[in-house]
Amino acid sequence: MLSWLEALIILLVLTNFALLGSSRLASLIRLVALQGMLLGIITIASQPGAASARIYILALGNIATKCLLFPWLFYRAVKEVNIRREVEPYVGYNLSLLAGVISFGLSLWLGDRLPFPTKAFSDLAVPTVFFMLWVGLLLIISRNKAITQVVGYLVMENGIYLFGISFVEAAPLFVELGVLLDVIVGVFIMGIIIHQIDRQFDTLHVGQLANLKD
Amino acid sequence: MAGPHFLLWSELCFLCAALICCFASSNARLASIVGAAGSIIGCVLGLLSATSMLSMGTSFTLNLPCTIPLASLHFKVDALSALFLILIDGLSLLFTLYGVSYLYEYRSKRSLGGPWCAFNLLVASMGVVVTSQNGVLFLIGWELMALSSFFLVMFEGDSNKGRDVGITYLIATHLGTLFLLVMFILMAVSSGSFEFDAFRTHQPSRTLLTTLFLCAVIGFGTKAGLMPFHVWLPEAHPAAPSHVSALMSGVMIKTGIYGILRLISLAGMPPLWWGWLLIGMGFVSAVGGVLFALAQHDLKKLLAYHSVENIGIIVLGIGLGVLGLGSGSPPLALTGFLGALLHVINHGIFKGLLFLGAGAIFRATGTRQLDELGGLLKKMPATGYCFLIGALAISGLPPLNGFVSEFLIYIGSFRGGIELAQPSNLFCFIIILGLTLIGGLACACFSKAFGIVFLGEPRQAVSSSHTLPPAMKWPMIILAGLCIAIGVFPVPIVRFLLPCASQIFPVQQPEVPFSAMTSTLNLLTHITATSLILLLLIFFIFRLRRLFLGNRKVTSEVTWDCGYAKPTPRMQYTASSFAQSILQLFQPFLPSHKALSRSLTYFPGSESISFSSHTPDHFQQSFYWPLFHWVDKRFSILRRFQHGKMQVYVLFIAAALIALLIWQLGAVQ
Amino acid sequence: MISLSFAVTFVSSLAVAPLYLSIINKTKAFFAGRQGPPLLQPYIDIWKLLNKGAVYSKTTTSILFVSPVIGLGCLIIATAFLPVGRTPSIFAFDGDFIVLAYLFALMRFFFIIAALDTGSSFEGMGASREAYFATLTEVAFILGLAAMAKKTGTLCLSGMLTQISGEMWKQSGGILALTASSLFIVLLSECARIPIDDPNTHLELTMIHEVMVLDHSGPDFALIHYLSCLKFWIIGSVLVRMVLPATVHSAWLDQAMVFAAVAGIAVAVGLIESSMARLKLNTVPQLLVGASTLSALALLLGLR
Repeated sequence: MLSWLEALIILLVLTNFALLGSSRLASLIRLVALQGMLLGIITIASQPGAASARIYILALGNIATKCLLFPWLFYRAVKEVNIRREVEPYVGYNLSLLAGVISFGLSLWLGDRLPFPTKAFSDLAVPTVFFMLWVGLLLIISRNKAITQVVGYLVMENGIYLFGISFVEAAPLFVELGVLLDVIVGVFIMGIIIHQIDRQFDTLHVGQLANLKD
Repeated sequence: MAGPHFLLWSELCFLCAALICCFASSNARLASIVGAAGSIIGCVLGLLSATSMLSMGTSFTLNLPCTIPLASLHFKVDALSALFLILIDGLSLLFTLYGVSYLYEYRSKRSLGGPWCAFNLLVASMGVVVTSQNGVLFLIGWELMALSSFFLVMFEGDSNKGRDVGITYLIATHLGTLFLLVMFILMAVSSGSFEFDAFRTHQPSRTLLTTLFLCAVIGFGTKAGLMPFHVWLPEAHPAAPSHVSALMSGVMIKTGIYGILRLISLAGMPPLWWGWLLIGMGFVSAVGGVLFALAQHDLKKLLAYHSVENIGIIVLGIGLGVLGLGSGSPPLALTGFLGALLHVINHGIFKGLLFLGAGAIFRATGTRQLDELGGLLKKMPATGYCFLIGALAISGLPPLNGFVSEFLIYIGSFRGGIELAQPSNLFCFIIILGLTLIGGLACACFSKAFGIVFLGEPRQAVSSSHTLPPAMKWPMIILAGLCIAIGVFPVPIVRFLLPCASQIFPVQQPEVPFSAMTSTLNLLTHITATSLILLLLIFFIFRLRRLFLGNRKVTSEVTWDCGYAKPTPRMQYTASSFAQSILQLFQPFLPSHKALSRSLTYFPGSESISFSSHTPDHFQQSFYWPLFHWVDKRFSILRRFQHGKMQVYVLFIAAALIALLIWQLGAVQ
Repeated sequence: MISLSFAVTFVSSLAVAPLYLSIINKTKAFFAGRQGPPLLQPYIDIWKLLNKGAVYSKTTTSILFVSPVIGLGCLIIATAFLPVGRTPSIFAFDGDFIVLAYLFALMRFFFIIAALDTGSSFEGMGASREAYFATLTEVAFILGLAAMAKKTGTLCLSGMLTQISGEMWKQSGGILALTASSLFIVLLSECARIPIDDPNTHLELTMIHEVMVLDHSGPDFALIHYLSCLKFWIIGSVLVRMVLPATVHSAWLDQAMVFAAVAGIAVAVGLIESSMARLKLNTVPQLLVGASTLSALALLLGLR
């Protein structure tokens, strides 16, 4: 049956493809904010019957941080360093999309193969988790602007979060909150580092970081 | 029963002609007459023997006394062999006719005895390969085929480049043969004899079968030009005279396909992963081949890369067939094998046609560079329209033959994709993805090749527009006619292929249900209907258009040039610029080298600017060269043994002999 | 009865096709605050061109005027593969959608070589772009149809299109939606609409389809005009049957609904054309690769 849930997950998958195919930093940030929003809605929608207060806390916390706080931080960082788009990524956009399709196929296969103690709320949930991990890694590997890399980390975190809510009965809340906290701290540090890299090197090309080696 | 006699006499005919040509090398006229006559008679006899087998429906054997150890002169013509024999002899017949005129042009420059001798030997050896029933005999035929085609590749081998090409070919084909040698020895060790029949009844272990299959894929794949092993092909095929290029590209590489099919039929029920491997390799060959073809500037090299592509399509079909066998679905297997076999024939026809066309172009203009040609359709209409038909056929467009075979593979893959379990259905969709990609790319490639060479304004003055002799024109017209005939009426030929395809089925396989055959044939009648309606519609619309235009003013002007006053032919879009944007997209898989020298002044003189691009073969550059360099370095220690002193060599031989003798006699004790 | 309704539908779709072009133009005019050309303008244009003489370039050969003729033959057959209302076409057979895709390819091949026939570098440029974009479009198209074939379990176009129902949308709407959005991009690309190509531009360097036909005139050009309308009808009606699987159990009414719904697609295209500009040439492939990605995604989801 096509539940709204399935549609939401497919939308989530599509945002990942859009992330792989877009070059503007602004649209990357917008997409990752959309992901945060979708995840928040999925959190509530994935609960059969009335959702507990715990779920609402999770969902709202998620939307507040990933959909509002982080994008705002990112926008500020982008504005401060005044760059608009990813220039000459290591892996082109079309090739990234191809890699995305292949990794989606791989994730479907992995999702079928891995045994889990409890069933996730949807057949698509676990493959999507893997897919988001791959996409995050792909973004980190193939792009060369520091901000895109942070976006990549965030996509991976979103994947882990989706994994958490897929097995929400099995995973305690504080684990999830802990991860969220980690990421918040991480994003703050990244913000500071981006600022410093820009001051130091006048570029956000992470290739320049290679100069730091002995 | 006349079948075996025809076969024997046909082979003898080729051999006699080869022998006479060998001695008559100084006399061009004699060599041409004898070489061509021997080849034509041999081909006709071979065709008679194959058709007699197919019309009777029973296979026949020919067993001659033989004194070679381990070998036996054991030939057998079953449906599969007969099909390949018809392909070999039928096409060789046409290529011989063409070759007579084509080679005769060279009579003042080169001796013609050698090429004709090698040509006859090549046709004879291919016949041996597809009919032999003994491993050693097969290898002898295989080796003879490699050597005779090597001499033909070296036809213009007096330049450095020509020699390099020949030697690359020689090394590649022998590396392939090495794997086949291992394969046949393993087969013989396990079954006790080099006879195929012994192996057929023998039940080999799984691991042995795996080894045999991998050896076959590498060995036969090298000859067929399957992608990672193809590097020799785009070099060697263009170097030979055009009718030999046609023979090598259209026919000789198919012996590799024959080998793979024969192994599948001998091996019993294939496991599913064979199909996956074949589909993977087929996909890489098909897409890679067409991409490299798109990047070429040399017409014959472009065609050669398209052979890699078409071998890929054939292997995709075989992979589908193996999937069908492995998952217990005979109708699927039948569709896959039928598609593959039909494409074997079709590719022989249209690739032969295109190579003959390329030869005619080369003969008239003296160049094969796409960007130096143009506007040839007005000067060479027959070649042009035949080439157009070949181009449409190779792009897989209806209503021509290339479409029918691709359609069969498509339909099979769609059925497989719907019916089969995971992950085999994924592989079926990979076939579909591959076929669509190459459909579009081949269209782009051949609209480029035809458009640039035959249309527009001539880019260079055509040196001599001498007319095409009929012996060169008619083979092309016949081949073009076959392209249309098979494209519009595929049912008879597919019905004729049914026994050949079921020959590939291993004996353990249950019979193919009759309904599967009729449903496939039914589908093809729809293709016939569609094609006929299409042709009729085009005819009627054409008449209608003429009716409208009948009594109106039709004027001629220059091409609209946006008001630019002095257009020159050099301003036309070239082949390189046509393909550039597509190649840009596939840049990660296809690194092309561009050399651009730019002038820095505002009004550059013509001498200071130049642009050239060329796309080297990936595999050659980044795999084979490093590998061979590594081997070279490691084995340079052996150089010590090579002093050039004859006496020392004899000493080595004697020492080796004595050592072997002692070892053997010691083992006897 | 079936053959009668087929014949009527076939003839009326051939007749009505140019109307959709003028619906697009009307929509664009509405949003631009203009009145726009009359509804029958495409017919008037075609008739006018049919009654003109022709001018051919000295460079060209027969390829130039043969190409629209072959193109029309291909598209007429493709039209015959479409179902009538909710009943399959009488020409339907397994794999007819492959034939349809390859008939499009045949037509394209001839238009490309016709463009090269003129020897003009502008037309060569258009031909090159056409070959490039069409390759990607074809992948999206066939993979999309493959996803549908997998979903419906049938191999003929009529079967697929008539089996899609509201029930199927409820069950696996995700797959159908992905395929439909991919097909919509295919429609825009194949019919040379914004954002892939701009049918109105008069700057040769930016055009694709328009630049390839600069040297066609008179009846040849009339055919080309008609062809682009027919192509819109074919792909549009495939798309409509996917998106709106409603039926009132009457072949005539169902077919009438399809005619009306394709008009809806024409309005949508007009909306897109009035609201956005043409994409930069080097981002067009990205859009088309995106469409192929959507189709591949639908296929992968359908494989489970």
